[in-house]
Amino acid sequence: MLKTEPPLDVVVVGAGVVGAACAYYAARAGLAVTVVDRGPVAGGTTGAGEGNLLVSDKEPGPELDLALLSLRLWRELADDLGAAMEYEPKGGVVVSSTPAGQEALRAFAAQQAAVGVVAEEIPAERLQELEPHLSPRMAGGFHYPQDAQVQPALAAAHLLREARRLGAKLITGETVRAVRRRPDGAVLGVETDRRRLDAPAVVNAAGTWGGELAGLAGVHLPVLPRRGFVLVTEPLPRIIRHKVYAADYVADVASGSAGLQTSAVIEGTPGGPVLIGASRERVGFDRTLSQEALHRLAAQAAELFPVLADVTVMRVYRGFRPYLPDHLPAIGADPRVPGLYHACGHEGAGIGLAPATGLLIAEQLTGKQPELDLVPFRADRFPAA
Amino acid sequence: MPTSPSDVPRYDLAVIGAGPAGLAAAVTAADLGLRCALLDAGRQTGGQYYRHPAPGLGAARPDRLHHGWSAYTGLADRLAAHERAGRVGFLGGHQVWALERTGDGYAVHVTLGPEAADRATVPAAAVLLATGAYERQLPFPGWTLPGVVTAGGAQAMLKAGLVLPGRRIVVAGSGPLLLAAASSLVTAGAEVPAVVEATAYLGYARRPGVLAAVPAKLVEGAGHGSALLRHRVRLRLRSAVVEAHGTDRVTAVTVARLDADWRPVPGTERRIDCDALAVGHGLLPQIELATELGAATRTGPDGAVALQVDARMLTTVPGLWSAGETNGVGGADLAIAEGELAAHAVADRAPRPALVRRRARLRAFAELMAAAHRPGPGWTGWLRPDTDVCRCEEVPVARIREAVEELGAGDPRTVKLLTRAGMGWCQGRMCGPAVAWLAGSGEPGPDRRPFACPVPLSQLAAEQRAAAEG
Ligand SMILES: Cc1cc2nc3c(=O)[nH]c(=O)nc-3n(C[C@H](O)[C@H](O)[C@H](O)COP(=O)(O)OP(=O)(O)OC[C@H]3O[C@@H](n4cnc5c(N)ncnc54)[C@H](O)[C@@H]3O)c2cc1C
Ligand SMILES: Cc1cc2nc3c(=O)[nH]c(=O)nc-3n(C[C@H](O)[C@H](O)[C@H](O)COP(=O)(O)OP(=O)(O)OC[C@H]3O[C@@H](n4cnc5c(N)ncnc54)[C@H](O)[C@@H]3O)c2cc1C
Repeated sequence: MLKTEPPLDVVVVGAGVVGAACAYYAARAGLAVTVVDRGPVAGGTTGAGEGNLLVSDKEPGPELDLALLSLRLWRELADDLGAAMEYEPKGGVVVSSTPAGQEALRAFAAQQAAVGVVAEEIPAERLQELEPHLSPRMAGGFHYPQDAQVQPALAAAHLLREARRLGAKLITGETVRAVRRRPDGAVLGVETDRRRLDAPAVVNAAGTWGGELAGLAGVHLPVLPRRGFVLVTEPLPRIIRHKVYAADYVADVASGSAGLQTSAVIEGTPGGPVLIGASRERVGFDRTLSQEALHRLAAQAAELFPVLADVTVMRVYRGFRPYLPDHLPAIGADPRVPGLYHACGHEGAGIGLAPATGLLIAEQLTGKQPELDLVPFRADRFPAA
Repeated sequence: MPTSPSDVPRYDLAVIGAGPAGLAAAVTAADLGLRCALLDAGRQTGGQYYRHPAPGLGAARPDRLHHGWSAYTGLADRLAAHERAGRVGFLGGHQVWALERTGDGYAVHVTLGPEAADRATVPAAAVLLATGAYERQLPFPGWTLPGVVTAGGAQAMLKAGLVLPGRRIVVAGSGPLLLAAASSLVTAGAEVPAVVEATAYLGYARRPGVLAAVPAKLVEGAGHGSALLRHRVRLRLRSAVVEAHGTDRVTAVTVARLDADWRPVPGTERRIDCDALAVGHGLLPQIELATELGAATRTGPDGAVALQVDARMLTTVPGLWSAGETNGVGGADLAIAEGELAAHAVADRAPRPALVRRRARLRAFAELMAAAHRPGPGWTGWLRPDTDVCRCEEVPVARIREAVEELGAGDPRTVKLLTRAGMGWCQGRMCGPAVAWLAGSGEPGPDRRPFACPVPLSQLAAEQRAAAEG
């Protein structure tokens, strides 16, 4: 017999950073929330990547709107949780190695400025003031003071701890095996391998596995994995001050190609290690270490920061970003199943976009008008296969 | 693009680790006609058991500290002959950081140390993993004091350089290595006021049938025993060092009795003065290179995760073989037997039935011994909230408990992400077992980590080339 629990307002499936943010904002709005994860907190993609909170890499559009809202929310959250989450509003520096690249950055920054992204052009001769160890061979760059960083696993864990202080419950080590629905299709709750949870709303925050969860609720959502590796160096003194990356990164992020792309984003962390990542390739859930990806990340890092050639790489992170074919997440109520909400498919930006996602979901759950238009994020935008 | 490793002639077999298992495997495989590379992170062959002083040190008679030294010189002579004939290339100072499966074989990725500018890749049709084991550490208050060394480390120091970690050395923990270490220490002139063993020790000694079938082990045990008797070393069973005292260096330890679950029994503490403590709780197989490729594992009776192999020493990964401690800790004789068996299987030749029987006997004994020394769950009873569990990152017990109880970490990996325990230079080899216990998941499960050891960034950035033979 499965255990039954007192009825809830909402069940959040997934204790990654997105599920944690959904639980936090829902609990803050006064809802009775339970979060279920088959593993521990941050055991999915959240524990396998970096924590860049970027606006610099996004062109104007729905994702940038989400990112700007999220950055504001991260700043608010940081008032109380900043140190615990290792929040660092350090800013980003995007560099180009050719005058043509610099010209492209300039055009990109001009578009972004129109929607509120702050960017300052840095001529080649001033780059070393921002980043003393940067290779002198750069043609120029842009400084994005709004870019920030958190440690993703800590961020998820502390958001959940706050949610629990506000009354939410956390269940780890239980897999959701069914989404229960009324004959008319509306959500009744979920069933795990151990218990039944009754709730009129279920949030799909299952990350890269969000497509499977949608399937349990009878709907099609094509979330697919995009593999990434990150190199982690030995602890170093603060030789890298911002998040630094080469201009090609933006093209890689937006690329639809399945092939391997690497353009290293380099950043220091409060613990000391420098993170160099990340590669992107579509190879399903294949965990095989890609020698080519590691080689390229290392070579690019040493090209941007020649001092890094003398350091040691201690570890590699490997994860599978949850992506949807148009590179936008699925956020909000699913018009096909009353009571089903999606909060997944954030690809390589889920840490950055988590608070906005959580807030928007909580607003919908409590019947408020969401702060942003959710139409571009609707889950039924993909034709069934 | 980097040059493909397949452009250069590849070996029939790459053996990783030149301890008893790897040495025996390489010379046997060469006897059977295979062309082998024998790689080891160290400059010399011998591994942990046959560790010996570097040639320049002028140390006299390594055989004094070794049972079975002649077995080693026999293997080393055969290796030298094969090297001269070009059938085996011994690649010392080659630390393997990853195995990559190529179309029909392997690329063995090697670092030649932090000074080397280049990376090296050794191509081979098949790989034999003989990377041995490392010591299981269980923390206790004071374990980070200078003068506290590992039991195997004390043994290794003696064998490699003939230095003693102190004059009056308490030996503590659990497992047969304690007796070996104590016996070496007294033979080298140290005083050992006590050997403190957590178990009752009788688990396997009570099974004479098994012991009688393993004469070499008996002789070795008796050898240790008589040295210990001669030096009046006291064996304290069902006891543990629950604290090391001292400010700049260990000056004394507190020993307490343990109940059957290894929980310290209050009121039984007594202090023993010493200037060093050699402590160890058995060994853990070093198998990351294989688990990273998805090789299946088994949890042995000692709670340690080892590779799962079939009767031919083949892992569940095609072309990847394993011999010695990687299949479950069992000592040098077993390692040699498994190395020889694996070599026969790789060469597709039937081994002598006597070799198969010998291996089965030794493995059975190893399993018995392992069961007797499995740590009991009560050992965490000697921890205090401020005891550092991860000494690299200085993470105390209280922080790990907070991560588990308040932040939702239920496994060692999440504890690591939330506390940094296990992120330092040793990569969790020292704190891994303790973190797993405190995370509530009992003994640690198999670890999948892309890098078996740290790699200089410049070597990753360098183009791939094949390792020079030599
Ligand atoms: C190498 C790499 C680098 C990255 N760098 C960045 C970066 O710099 N900035 C950034 O913003 N993002 C980055 N990302 C992306 C980011 O990590 C993800 O977008 C984000 O973690 C997604 O979070 P999530 O909560 O949606 O998913 P997850 O963290 O994967 O959480 C989903 C959870 O759902 C659980 N689950 C799934 N199915 C079930 C079920 N049936 N029952 C119970 N539980 C279930 C899983 O166990 C998992 O814990 C990176 C990703 C990678 C791989
Ligand atoms: C510190 C220590 C001391 C020990 N002392 C004794 C003792 O005194 N008496 C006793 O009976 N037993 C001792 N043992 C037990 C020992 O494990 C076995 O008895 C025996 O040596 C096992 O043989 P093996 O060939 O399986 O492994 P080992 O002898 O451990 O050989 C493994 C070899 O693999 C190499 N290696 C590991 N990883 C890599 C890599 N990634 N790349 C390249 N090379 C690698 C190592 O350098 C090592 O030389 C000790 C073990 C340890 C850990």
